[in-house]
Amino acid sequence: MSTQAVEPKNYLNAAHTVRSWLFTVDHKRIAILYLVSISFFFFLGGAAAFIFRLDLMTPQGDLLQSDTYNRLFTMHGVIMVFLFLVPSIPATLGNFLVPIMIGARDLAFPKINLMSWYLYMAGGACILWAIVDGGVDTGWTFYTPYSTAFAKSNVAITLVGIFIAGFSSIFTGFNFIVTIHKMRAPGMTWFRLPLFIWAHYATSLIMVLATPVLAVTVFLAALERLFGFGIFDASKGGDPVLFQHLFWFYSHPAVYIMILPSLGVVAELISAFSRKRLFGYRFVAFSSIAIAALGFLVWGHHMFVSTQSPYLGIVFSLISFLVAVPSAIKVFNYTATLYKGSVSLDSPMIYALGFIGLFVIGGLTGIFLATLATDVHLHDTYFVVAHFHYIMVGGALMGYLGGLHFWWPKITGRLYSEFWAKISAGLVFAGFNFTFFPQFIVGYLGNPRRYHFYPPEFQIYHVMSTVGSTILGFGYIIPVIYLLASLKWGKKAPANPWEAKGLEWEIPSPPPTENFTGPVVVTEEAYAYPVRKS
Amino acid sequence: MSSDANPYLAHHFDDIVQQHESVSLGMWIFLLTEIMFFGGIFFAYTIYRFLYPDMFHAMSHHLDVTMGTINTGVLLTSSLTMALAVNAAQRGMKKRLVTMLGVTCAAGVIFLVIKYFEYAHKFHVGSVPGRLWTFETEFGNQAQLFYSLYFGATGLHGLHVLIGVVIIGVLTILAWKDKLPQGRAQRVEMVGLYWHFVDLVWIFVFPLFYLIGRT
Amino acid sequence: MYGKFSLFPEQASSLAPHIDMLYFALVAVSLVFVVVICVLIAVFAFKYRRRPGNEIAQEVHEHHLMEVGWSLIPLFLGLILFAWGAKLFLQIYSQPENPIEIFGVGKQWMWKFQHPDGRREINDLHVPTGRPVKMTLISQDVIHSFYVPAFRVKQDVVPMRYSSTWFEATEEGIYHLFCAEFCGTEHSRMVGRVIVTSPEAYQAWLASPLIEGGSPRDAKMMNAGRGGEAASMAAASDPGAKGRAVMEAQGCVACHQVGNTTLAPALEGIYGTKVELENGKVVTVDDNYIRESILQSTAKIVKGYQPVMPAYQGLVKEEEVKAVIDYIKATSGSKK
Repeated sequence: MSTQAVEPKNYLNAAHTVRSWLFTVDHKRIAILYLVSISFFFFLGGAAAFIFRLDLMTPQGDLLQSDTYNRLFTMHGVIMVFLFLVPSIPATLGNFLVPIMIGARDLAFPKINLMSWYLYMAGGACILWAIVDGGVDTGWTFYTPYSTAFAKSNVAITLVGIFIAGFSSIFTGFNFIVTIHKMRAPGMTWFRLPLFIWAHYATSLIMVLATPVLAVTVFLAALERLFGFGIFDASKGGDPVLFQHLFWFYSHPAVYIMILPSLGVVAELISAFSRKRLFGYRFVAFSSIAIAALGFLVWGHHMFVSTQSPYLGIVFSLISFLVAVPSAIKVFNYTATLYKGSVSLDSPMIYALGFIGLFVIGGLTGIFLATLATDVHLHDTYFVVAHFHYIMVGGALMGYLGGLHFWWPKITGRLYSEFWAKISAGLVFAGFNFTFFPQFIVGYLGNPRRYHFYPPEFQIYHVMSTVGSTILGFGYIIPVIYLLASLKWGKKAPANPWEAKGLEWEIPSPPPTENFTGPVVVTEEAYAYPVRKS
Repeated sequence: MSSDANPYLAHHFDDIVQQHESVSLGMWIFLLTEIMFFGGIFFAYTIYRFLYPDMFHAMSHHLDVTMGTINTGVLLTSSLTMALAVNAAQRGMKKRLVTMLGVTCAAGVIFLVIKYFEYAHKFHVGSVPGRLWTFETEFGNQAQLFYSLYFGATGLHGLHVLIGVVIIGVLTILAWKDKLPQGRAQRVEMVGLYWHFVDLVWIFVFPLFYLIGRT
Repeated sequence: MYGKFSLFPEQASSLAPHIDMLYFALVAVSLVFVVVICVLIAVFAFKYRRRPGNEIAQEVHEHHLMEVGWSLIPLFLGLILFAWGAKLFLQIYSQPENPIEIFGVGKQWMWKFQHPDGRREINDLHVPTGRPVKMTLISQDVIHSFYVPAFRVKQDVVPMRYSSTWFEATEEGIYHLFCAEFCGTEHSRMVGRVIVTSPEAYQAWLASPLIEGGSPRDAKMMNAGRGGEAASMAAASDPGAKGRAVMEAQGCVACHQVGNTTLAPALEGIYGTKVELENGKVVTVDDNYIRESILQSTAKIVKGYQPVMPAYQGLVKEEEVKAVIDYIKATSGSKK
């Protein structure tokens, strides 16, 4: 490695041993550890989805047994939610950028940050073990009493995995909150923070406050599964529906853990590729906090037909409608930012604009489900499946990919092939719509979710969906190839390839271990792009 | 960068004040997480007690209130000694620090031993929910609900005591080996916060399970 | 009716057109927003594309009024849609007038239904047009969900507690019945048919010999499982008779004697009344209270009695519990 000698010292070439990676406390290296591990789980969860999608080509499911089908969709859900979506942006881009964007040398607790990654891996190992040992077939929601008393699969070990991975998420959130509060560089006031930071702050609040409730819920469910405790057991006077309340108290806010960071990423991208300050900065910042806060009060909208009191349902429905307001504020402000900007359609921007379109559809179809009367019909159908994939894949994942392409030169110091990046962004957008839009229709027709067999008249929609998912699959594999290729053959990235604003673009690519070599003093607002009088 | 010569300053903080404030804020956020964690179980408790008030009262009589009271005393005392340990650490009084940490750790162990005897008795009479359940009361199967909550809450609390005992034990050894000088007093202070929290949880668990039948 | 390509499910209940109307309103609102946003993005991205002469953005002034405006529009629209949905929802949860009461049990992986005259069927549900049908549902094991897309109704079916829903069929035909809550290996086979016929045809079906009701497989399962019980039930026209028989078989009548309340309260005529409990609380005698009092007999003791009754948890079938409830209901006249 003689060429390394001429390169300036950075966090990547600081040391090359395996040990220097596994025991690193550098937030940037930990981000890379996460990037590799969540990518692994993403492709594992994606493979599961692709197999059962193939099986769904025919109404009688010629490829799989029902038990296998049930295990595959559970594996897909558990891996994607707990091991990919929840950590995706915060643990990779967030870990890498939160300290840099605020002018700090690291997160407040570097060792705890490393411990988070080990907890994540331990949780992931438990879940992998459960899968290899025969799988789990309860769905990622683990509804009692099926999960506690009836399922004949590895429920307990999966719950343990989720419990452990949950603490990884708690510690990440906790680290971000302290860092953002206490480690901002002089002059970096709250209203000079990039919106990426605001989004991560809101996300961290949810991680810290909601995840422990999930932890205690799966703890109680595991006790019931293993030892026959009776907290959710109707034959002992317990209430299986209480599990749903506790579960969704976490799992609804968890949706915002997935989407808020993505909204933060998109704010950065829109601003950078319009060369313009984000429109309505304060409104966008506060809307993140509003979404996080309201997110705690809407869990019952998953339970309108669960025997929950209809009056309670009305309250949950009303509050769910209120979430539409901060979401709309974000979308309108993002769109308004383009107005009179200098818009450049580089690949991260294509992801960002695609994100807005898909997020709007995902959000609006959420209204269908928040509306009580239509939810009675739509609940637990493919409509719900399509809706949350629009938010989580069309939203969270598009944001993640956009962010990854935007900051890839910063993270690795290399430029990737813009041509292939545009192709894959197009494939992801087209494939995604092809996969999930038909599911809205088949959902309104009444096809329940988690159905291995379905009535033959629904087949046309399932075939479209499977074809779409194949396109989508290529859209995900191509970036792996050109991004990895860029590491070896890519051109060296300058410090600021996009001519964007932000502290991360003022330091070399890749950054030195200490991030900033000199003192950092912030003297201007975020996104202080030059403007000309119109 | 104001280069503080403080040897206890971690590389990524600007100065010791920033470090102290960060650590302290971190601890409080962690405790907030813990409140939500126990909150889930207390939420379940509230719902079921509202549904089955008579059963809760009757079952409360089957818990050993003497042992519970002794344990309350033990934990309260340990909170006092923990507070004294924090004080000693801040003033750099090594001998007192070692003693107080040692006493706190011992109190935690006593708590767990007493808890062990309580649990053993439950196993003996069969009031453990699930497969081992043989406990006959007029409430039949429903009584298992109370014991599920009892074991869930006290088990989780016990786990926290156990973690506390290990951490305080390690601190005691560190203090004894002169590895806890005044500059590291914040470590003791943070563990102290955790220990007071564990104590506080017990202050909720004790009346809600042991005393409700006695009003 | 089913088997052909379509974009919307058929409307076969009195409620379906109302739900669809709301759905179309939601689709319309969504379309407007999606089109507006997408067109704006496309126009801005093209008109303000980066090019020589537009390397630097133009100055734009932010108006707070604008922010307030585009916060209030979605809020206002949202509140209208919310109110509309809530109003319809309360209608779904209201009690219909003079319904046919059908009892349903969900179990892994089948639906069992029982008509008011005792006629039973498996995975098929015969209902007439023009009269509300009230479903009282319970699960024998895990949570299921009773879902008839053509009626736009769905209700989770939970163990140990009755839940109910209603519909009024308007179109004759055969419709899907699905289990919508994941319930294990054969979840997607927990499906059935809702057979909507004219009221006359329904009456004729009720009176017909059992074997015509379901498929031969269903009839075989019923007869294999229950011996001649099913046949005898079909013959019984008195809604309370079966329940009375269960009470005699289980020995309930030893204590619950008609006209003698020394050992246990009389059961006849109590449905719909209010009773005071040992702890001073007052409860209304309804399906769930009677059910709890049979299965977990000591949970809510009526004032003045001892907790001496054994719990019947696991000793009686759901159908038998329901029969006892029907008996008590039958003896209580028209009180609701």
